[in-house]
Parts: sequence; structure tokens; C-alpha cells
Amino acid sequence: MDTYILDFERPIIELEKKIQEMKDLSIHDDLRLQDDIARLEQKAEKLRKDIYSKLSRWQRVQLARHPQRPYTLDYIKRITSSFLELHGDRSYGDDPAIVGGLAKIEDLPVVIIGHQKGRTTKEKLHRNFGMPHPEGYRKALRIMKLAARFKRPIVTLIDTIGAYPGIGAEERGQAEAIAKNLFEMSHLPVPILIIIIGEGASGGALGIGVGDRVLMLENTWYSVISPEGCAAILWRDSTRAEQAAEAMKLAPTDLLEIGIIDGIIKEPSGGAHRDHDKAAAILKTTIIEELINLNQLPVDQLLEQRIQKYSKMGFWSE
Amino acid sequence: MSWFKRESFGLVPQEKKELPDGLWIKCEGCNEIIYKKELDKNLYVCMKCNHHFTINSKTYIKILMDDGTFNEFNDQIQSVDPLKFKGTRRYAEQLKTAMKKTGLNEAIRTGFGQINHHDVVFCVMDFSFIGGSMGSVVGEKISRAIQLAIERHMPVIILSTSGGARMMEGALSLMQMAKTSAYLAKLSDAGLPYISICTNPTTGGVSASYAMLGDIIIAEPGALIGFAGPRVIKQTIGQDLPPGFQRSEFMLDHGFIDVILNRQEIKEKLTQILEFFEAQ
Ligand SMILES: [Zn+2]
Repeated sequence: MDTYILDFERPIIELEKKIQEMKDLSIHDDLRLQDDIARLEQKAEKLRKDIYSKLSRWQRVQLARHPQRPYTLDYIKRITSSFLELHGDRSYGDDPAIVGGLAKIEDLPVVIIGHQKGRTTKEKLHRNFGMPHPEGYRKALRIMKLAARFKRPIVTLIDTIGAYPGIGAEERGQAEAIAKNLFEMSHLPVPILIIIIGEGASGGALGIGVGDRVLMLENTWYSVISPEGCAAILWRDSTRAEQAAEAMKLAPTDLLEIGIIDGIIKEPSGGAHRDHDKAAAILKTTIIEELINLNQLPVDQLLEQRIQKYSKMGFWSE
Repeated sequence: MSWFKRESFGLVPQEKKELPDGLWIKCEGCNEIIYKKELDKNLYVCMKCNHHFTINSKTYIKILMDDGTFNEFNDQIQSVDPLKFKGTRRYAEQLKTAMKKTGLNEAIRTGFGQINHHDVVFCVMDFSFIGGSMGSVVGEKISRAIQLAIERHMPVIILSTSGGARMMEGALSLMQMAKTSAYLAKLSDAGLPYISICTNPTTGGVSASYAMLGDIIIAEPGALIGFAGPRVIKQTIGQDLPPGFQRSEFMLDHGFIDVILNRQEIKEKLTQILEFFEAQ
């Protein structure tokens, strides 16, 4: 895989390259070289910790957008023992920007739905850069209702910079499609687990994002609008996105603090893009744990907790 | 964690002037010069071209509720600045200015009222308060209003006018979409009707939540109703938008609203709808 390197990743990646070179050299057991390698590996680990423990909000945004970051189908492939993708909203069409289907994680039958981005130019266009049309939300709802009928829990993976702002999307009722999903998801009688795996912006993210537990991977962001969109509105200048990202407090730790999410999922050292398998393994363990807990709740209690969760969201004075 | 923060801005309520001073006003629709008293009598609808002027919540209450029946609740809830948001200016300051300018505490007023003697819970947004944007307070007031409607077994009417979610509250404002929609689902589960009235403009997070969830959806003529703003769409697709795009008539054509009603006829039709639902 061609590596795309963010500025703040560079010192780590260079050090790792150096270690690899030394390893390649040390074919005959040169003890002194082995010591050096061990020392450098310690240094690299410390460097990773240093850099990743104090990332700015904008750096999280950059990591969330990293072109090598695992997308929904990358995770599905790694965490499920079987997956059957379902297509279409039974009304207008199939939206490749949202995927969903019947899955098994270990022995647990679940429905998984997520935004899907593309990696190559062709894929990106096909997936519309992960920006759904109304039929995507309607497909998601159709699959979720199916899950509810057969008492299967729902897992959604969020990764979008927003619902697509286009003529067709408006003609086919983008607003109505999203609104309807919020309405239905708030009282679907099965556990719903939401995980932000990359980017989460606006109603486009929330349209498959209402549930019992909301978690974010470490290097992701979630807000009402993309940093670029926010900057364009505030300063009529989308290049001030970095500043907008800071102002909107869109990092996982921010959202945990203000009660919007329930937890943060660790990523492999250096970020999910450095090790897809490990990132997927962590995600899988988390999903299983969460679903086991949610499955224990009686439905009425589950729904009561869900509405209480959203009732509490917000700050005001009176 | 404490969800209720007590803060006071010490505002002095003032009456907001809805239209520029003077006896005459130029219509934004047809450029005709109209005598203001006539316009007032016509509920701020142009006699020449039927352009519906933006009016404030107080005027809508006067137009739609029976005289003296609107009994506002939760009017003391105020926004705080949970993110300490600073754009071109501080959100906290923006709130103070908005309160001073409008005499309102927030972009929505909620209360009990009667429409031709039918009890309703009425929520009416006000565009003059930070573009009718929806933050924590708008979400909380709507949710409480719906809860009261469920307890008293009353229908809910929400009149929207909003540019969408309030960016200065970040993800908190986004969550108000989920919160209000969840309460509407609860209302629906309780077997109670919800009527949504969309006025100019109803876009963004407000359209993608309660405005589009009405059992009955009414729109004033010519109102901009849609998810994405026209400017954003134009920028994204790099071409001009067709005439009438995202207006009430376009929404009616595409099947997303039930009926377009002139401001003068909304009350009568609401009565008809309320009678229909009450009959069972
Ligand atoms: Zn006119």
C-alpha cells in the first residue's frame, strides 16, 4: 500500500524506517546492532506516545480523513464471520454511499450499516465520497426495521462529511429521509450501537446515528458541520477549517465531556490506518461486549434509557 | 455532571421592530410600495403579489391563537455557551445581543393555547433570534412542550422558521435533532397528532427533524424548505439552481408537504384538522 504521511506522523515513520533498515542489516547476530534496534524501538514507542497523546483537534480530523484509514467494509470483512449485503430502498434506488446487511460476529447475528467511502478515484466517485442520498437513509431504515422485526441488534458505523447537497437529493427529500430515521431509530425495539469510525458531520451522520450507546474511535471527529463548512459560514473562508475545528470542539474527548458519547475506543499505536487488522480486532471486541450488555436489558427499559439519554443532551440555564 | 447551569445575562426585554420604520414599505416580492397599515391588516402578505413577509413569533401567536389564550411556559430557559465558542465574535455575546434586540430569551416560544376553542400545545420559532437557529434550548423547549402535550392529551403544532442547527453549540445542537424527533415519536406512540407549519426559511437541521415529521405538514407560499442551503448546493454542483428550487411549491410537487396555505387561511384549516382528529 502506498503510504500517505501526515506531517506530524513523519518523525515516527522515519524512525521506523531506520529500524527496519537496521533489522535488514542484522542478518548475522550482531549483538551490538540488536541493542541499538531495541533502543530505537523504545524510542519510537515513546515518540508515538508523545505525539499521539497531544494531538490537536485538527490533527484528529486529519487522521480521521487519512486515505489509508479503514472504512466500513474493511471492518465488516475483518469482524464478521458472515455478511450478506442488502441493496436498495425498494422505492427509488440503491445508494452505494451507505452499505448494510445481515452479519454474524462470532455467533451473534447482527445487522451492520455504515457509510462507505472509496479508496481509488473510481471507488470514490462510485461511493459519492461517502455522502449519502435520501435512498441511502431509506435503505438503512428498511434494514433496521427488518432487524427489529427479527429481534436482531443493530450496529452502525459512521464515516461521512455529510449528506450530499445536490438537486436530486433535495428532490427526493433528503431532509425527510434523515428526519424519518431519527424518529424511527429513537424507538426501534432492539439494541442500537453507534460507532464513529472516521468522520461524523451533520444530519448526514446522525441519520444512521441514533441509538443506545454511541462510541468514537480515538482519531475521529463528530459535529454539526464539517470544519470547512463551519469556516465558510463564519469567515467565508473554508481554509480556516483548523480554527473552526478548534472552535466546535469536535474531538472524542470533547464529546465525552459534554455527554454526547459514551466512550472512546482505542486505536492501534499510530492510528487505525497503520494496522487495519488490529483496529478491527479492537472494534470487534468492543462490539461484542457492548451488545452482550445491551441484549440483557428488557425492551421497555432499553427504550426508556434511550429517550432519557437524548433528553439529557444539551446545556441551558433557567 | 450538571446539566443545568445557572447563569444570568440580566437582559432588558425590548420590543423588536419587525419591519423598517415609516409608513410605506417596499415589497421584496414585486418591488411595489405598500402602505404599511394595509400590509398589517393583510397579515404581512403583499396584496399585489402574495409575497409572505417574515413576521415574528408574537404576530403568529396573534394570528393563529384565540385572543388571550396563549399561555407561554418554560420562557425563562436561556442558552449558555457550553463550548465557549468564538467565531467572528463570542457566542455568549451574540446571545446577549439577540436577547436585547428581540426581547426574547430564545428562538422559540412554547405554550398552551386555543385555536377556535381547540386546545393545543403551540411552539413557534422566531427568525429574528440568531436566524431561528436550533441549539440546546430550542430542543429542550420543544421536548418539554411535547411531554406536556402527552400528559394533557393535546395535539402539538410547531411553526418553523430556521436556518438550521446552531453551529455555535457544535454537536450539542446536532443532538437536538435526535432529541426532538425522539419526543415526536413518543407523541405519535401516544396517539396524538402533530402538525408542522413550515415558513420561510425552514432548512438544515430543523427541516431534517421536526419540520418534516408532521402528521400533517403545511407550508406558507414561496417558503424556502430543504436540507442543504441553496448556496452550498450551487457550490457543490457548480451550476445554477432551477427556478423555484426548494420552495414550498417544489416541495408540494415532490410529495413532501400536504398543503400550501396563505397565512390568512392557516387558522381556519388548522381548526378543520383539529376537529378531524378530535372526532374519534
Ligand atoms: Zn409584492
